[in-house]
Amino acid sequence: MCALVEPRALRAGGRLLALAFVAVLAGVAFLTVGAKGDWGFVLSLRGGKLAGMVLVGVAIAVSTVLFQTVTRNRLLTPSVMGFDALYVALQTAIVFAFGAHGLAGIDPQLRFLLHVLLMLVVTGALFHGLIARTRGDLHLLLLSGVVFGLFCRSLTGFMQRVLDPNEFAVLQGLVFARFNTIEVTLLPVAGAALLAVLPLVWRLAPALDVLALGRDVAIGVGLDHDRIQRRTVALAAILVCVSTALVGPVLFLGILVSNLAYRLLASERHRDTLPAAALIAVTVLIGGQTLMERVVGLDIPLGVVIDFVGGGVFLLLLMRSQRE
Amino acid sequence: MIEIEGLSMDRDGVRVLDDVSLQIPDRSLTMLIGPNGAGKSTLLGLIARLLRPSAGHVRVDGLDVFRAASDAVARKLAILRQENHILPQLTVEELVGFGRYPHSRGRLAAEDRRQIADALHRANIAALAGRRLFELSGGQRQRAFLAMVLAQDTPYLLLDEPLNNLDPRQAISMMQVLRRAVTDLGKSIVMVVHDVNCASFYGDRIVAMNAGRLVAMGSPKDIVVPSTLRMIYGVDMSVHEVGGARIVQPFS
Ligand SMILES: Nc1ncnc2c1ncn2[C@@H]1O[C@H](COP(=O)(O)OP(=O)(O)OP(=O)(O)O)[C@@H](O)[C@H]1O
Ligand SMILES: [Mg+2]
Repeated sequence: MCALVEPRALRAGGRLLALAFVAVLAGVAFLTVGAKGDWGFVLSLRGGKLAGMVLVGVAIAVSTVLFQTVTRNRLLTPSVMGFDALYVALQTAIVFAFGAHGLAGIDPQLRFLLHVLLMLVVTGALFHGLIARTRGDLHLLLLSGVVFGLFCRSLTGFMQRVLDPNEFAVLQGLVFARFNTIEVTLLPVAGAALLAVLPLVWRLAPALDVLALGRDVAIGVGLDHDRIQRRTVALAAILVCVSTALVGPVLFLGILVSNLAYRLLASERHRDTLPAAALIAVTVLIGGQTLMERVVGLDIPLGVVIDFVGGGVFLLLLMRSQRE
Repeated sequence: MIEIEGLSMDRDGVRVLDDVSLQIPDRSLTMLIGPNGAGKSTLLGLIARLLRPSAGHVRVDGLDVFRAASDAVARKLAILRQENHILPQLTVEELVGFGRYPHSRGRLAAEDRRQIADALHRANIAALAGRRLFELSGGQRQRAFLAMVLAQDTPYLLLDEPLNNLDPRQAISMMQVLRRAVTDLGKSIVMVVHDVNCASFYGDRIVAMNAGRLVAMGSPKDIVVPSTLRMIYGVDMSVHEVGGARIVQPFS
């Protein structure tokens, strides 16, 4: 019997190695393609960007897989459920309440931690109840998420309109990060947050495998279901903070990479699917950026392209799930 | 022993379980019968702490299931639900391995592997151990989930329509496995069935429900009589004695 398990583990390991190799290739290409002049300068400039994209890719991929396991639904991402809209709304609300200058006075790293804390409080209060109440009902959950996201976005829009132009300008600098202008000042603290979260996620992985079996089976085999669920949502929320702080909301990258990972690994184990999704996300981001910047030379922001492709995949999956 | 005391539950404002008190003795195979919507699954779900009661207690060997740590309860009782969520890429063997979670916390030791192999064998699904769940037929899936519950190796088993989707041969072999689990291994099993003959033939005891209440309880000889069956199901069935067991002829 055991003999049946081992080759599969090996196969998953092989595929992860291959994915890692491709991700490293993309990284090397990003650092070197079209580089002229002073290598030290080029590498340090591009290195920061590269680090940012790695952080963002890992954070988006892992938060999406966590989220999909909690909701038992592979069409959802934290962004579809309005998590990153909430993050932006919280930031705006702080500027709104305390003024941009008060906010700008705080060290950006500290400010980030403050936002993480706020996110944890709000998502902890909101989403656990929401997931419990819409149990199993995809459409209700999706709808609640979309409405919640819209609500956060219009709240953000409203507050921004009411702000005076100076404050708005400061806010814009704070919350409208993009792939092309990654918030490099936040790299250390975002990196630290990611490094703190990932081991926790890894340790949680066997429990996540059980969580994915459904509430009844999970409780049946003795999982402390609600606690694990709350913990998972909290970890996902921190990861959303990491990616949103660095590059702003990215709607569909998570769906793209998580579903690719499930497909490629053909495994339900989180110790397979989590790293696979992370590696694919990093490859897509870095590879895409290399292509856009260096090869095609187009000035379309990468986020737009990713949301376009990812949105297509989302629609495709949605239509297929309708047919089944 | 499982002690159920004054158990009630409201769902959407409707009382679906009404003041049920019942004791499940050790080393017994209890058959839970009753019409659709009678509250059988609700009762099993409550005993297994998957649902919260509006009132009442459940104790398993003195352990209050609603208060005790979930994993302590999971080493006492295992439950098979009427319907299960399928993770498509999971293999049968991986699924059965989750039955060991309360003992292994996800790290399978030699004893766990032995139990998994044994459960696969007893549920007659060992030949398909490496298959993924999406590649299985309904009855094969049912056996895979049964194997998971068996692998949990608990003194009490709650099985909600375990014979669903099983062909006659698989159903008989499953009932023999369950019977032996009670007689040889000293387990206690509560299972829901709609097949009165199965309940009559294999059960030590039959508990009948209707509209959220217990309406009859006793040995198969006491329960499988036309008047009682009429009270439970509201339909006439003729009862025959075949080889010492009572058999009903349902279609008239
Ligand atoms: N999730 C739910 N929410 C609200 N009511 C429910 C829910 N599940 C079951 N019910 C109701 O509770 C009552 C008892 O249902 P239960 O599933 O326990 O019946 P059952 O005896 O197992 O029936 P069956 O033989 O069809 O499986 C039914 O009237 C049903 O409509
Ligand atoms: Mg039922």
